[in-house]
Amino acid sequence: MAGQTPWQTTGPFFHFGLPWKGGADLTGDSELGARKDLIQPGHDYGVTATSGMRAHTIGERIEIFGHVWDNKGAPIVDCLIELWQANAAGRYAHPEDTREDVAPDPAFIGFGRTASDRQGGYRFRTIKPGRVPGPGNSLQAPHIALGLMGPGFLKRLATRVYFPSASENAEDPILGLVPEERRSTLIAVRAPESPSLYRFDIRLGGAGETVFFDI
Amino acid sequence: MTGPVPYAREDKAAQPPLAFPAFKASVARAPSQPPIRAPQTLTEITGPSGEGVWERLMGPALTDLTRQHRGEPVGERIIVSGRVLDENGRPVPNTMIEILQANAAGRYVHQYDQHDAPLDENFTGAGRVISDAGGNYRFITIKPGAYPWYNQRNAWRPAHIHFSLMGAAFANRLITQMYFPGDPLFGLDAIANAVPEPARERIVARFDPDTTEPFWALGYRFDFVLRGRDATPMEH
Repeated sequence: MAGQTPWQTTGPFFHFGLPWKGGADLTGDSELGARKDLIQPGHDYGVTATSGMRAHTIGERIEIFGHVWDNKGAPIVDCLIELWQANAAGRYAHPEDTREDVAPDPAFIGFGRTASDRQGGYRFRTIKPGRVPGPGNSLQAPHIALGLMGPGFLKRLATRVYFPSASENAEDPILGLVPEERRSTLIAVRAPESPSLYRFDIRLGGAGETVFFDI
Repeated sequence: MTGPVPYAREDKAAQPPLAFPAFKASVARAPSQPPIRAPQTLTEITGPSGEGVWERLMGPALTDLTRQHRGEPVGERIIVSGRVLDENGRPVPNTMIEILQANAAGRYVHQYDQHDAPLDENFTGAGRVISDAGGNYRFITIKPGAYPWYNQRNAWRPAHIHFSLMGAAFANRLITQMYFPGDPLFGLDAIANAVPEPARERIVARFDPDTTEPFWALGYRFDFVLRGRDATPMEH
């Protein structure tokens, strides 16, 4: 038996290696995701994702965007954010998701990564995921898993983005674990500009503190 | 019906707290309320996996950090190798190990790093290697330098290499730092000290004569241990 390797922070300088160009665009060929402005000339390490298949992803195109604030209300301008989600039919691109009645999408991996900007803002381009099974015979509401890391974070913070659908969310077994008055912190808000834009702000403290999960 | 096989929980005796006051930056970046314990569903036990997934996402592996530019970087050439295992001692294959480090002078190729030490045009300090079927990994780099930082008075980070490990499960993410044996700065470091004893020693590499190559490079061994997994599915 061996013991778990302890977590350590990313430190402040992860931008030159971790958020790659295109890492935050799961459905297109843009370079969304990397902070090229922070890299010394001659050391532009970030590669563009190599797959040209992303544009063939099946599903409703959406953008998840928002800001990240620390527990004093200051923007987190150097947050590393990761995303993991199912495809539009609700299937994960993973060998342990063996449900044959739910179609895989070879164009969609479902993983993304980005870094927040100078104002603490972030943005992902992806598709709206389908529903996936939960514990027992339950069905989870459409959701996206997010992980937050960065300087000062000794460990990852895990949360979930849900969508504004009262009936599906009411059935969700994970949302059901959250005290009712805090559930709205996990539900993205449709932006008035476009039905495909969802705002999801992340607060580590204060009014509307986002719920994080111990998984 | 049977549900997904969950991974073990975080070992509180081995992991740092979210806020560790001696590491000042952690205080404002911990949530005020404790995380809510949730079961692992299909969402948490899945993650980027399968043949070629890392190449599709990020491009090919980069396992020699000393050959990314026209010339060789300045510094002491080292070979870092080891295994990715789970708590049950089983190898964990196809794990993406991302590598980040300062150069031999203790400087990062980052616009915000203002340490008065030279950049090295032949060293970027970023790479990635994927664990093989036996969980093994190996890469070549130079030993990073120590550097000062803003925390306590006259604070210096011990020489270290940052690692990010990601594999088949969202639940099983790991970001850590590897330190070098015998470093006098290790015991003074607020980030390393956030890890409780005796688990703190797990983030120190071991000098290894067997992987040292004569007249070429020193070898260090460092194993990563991810959360284990029960052998049998949980009944719901």
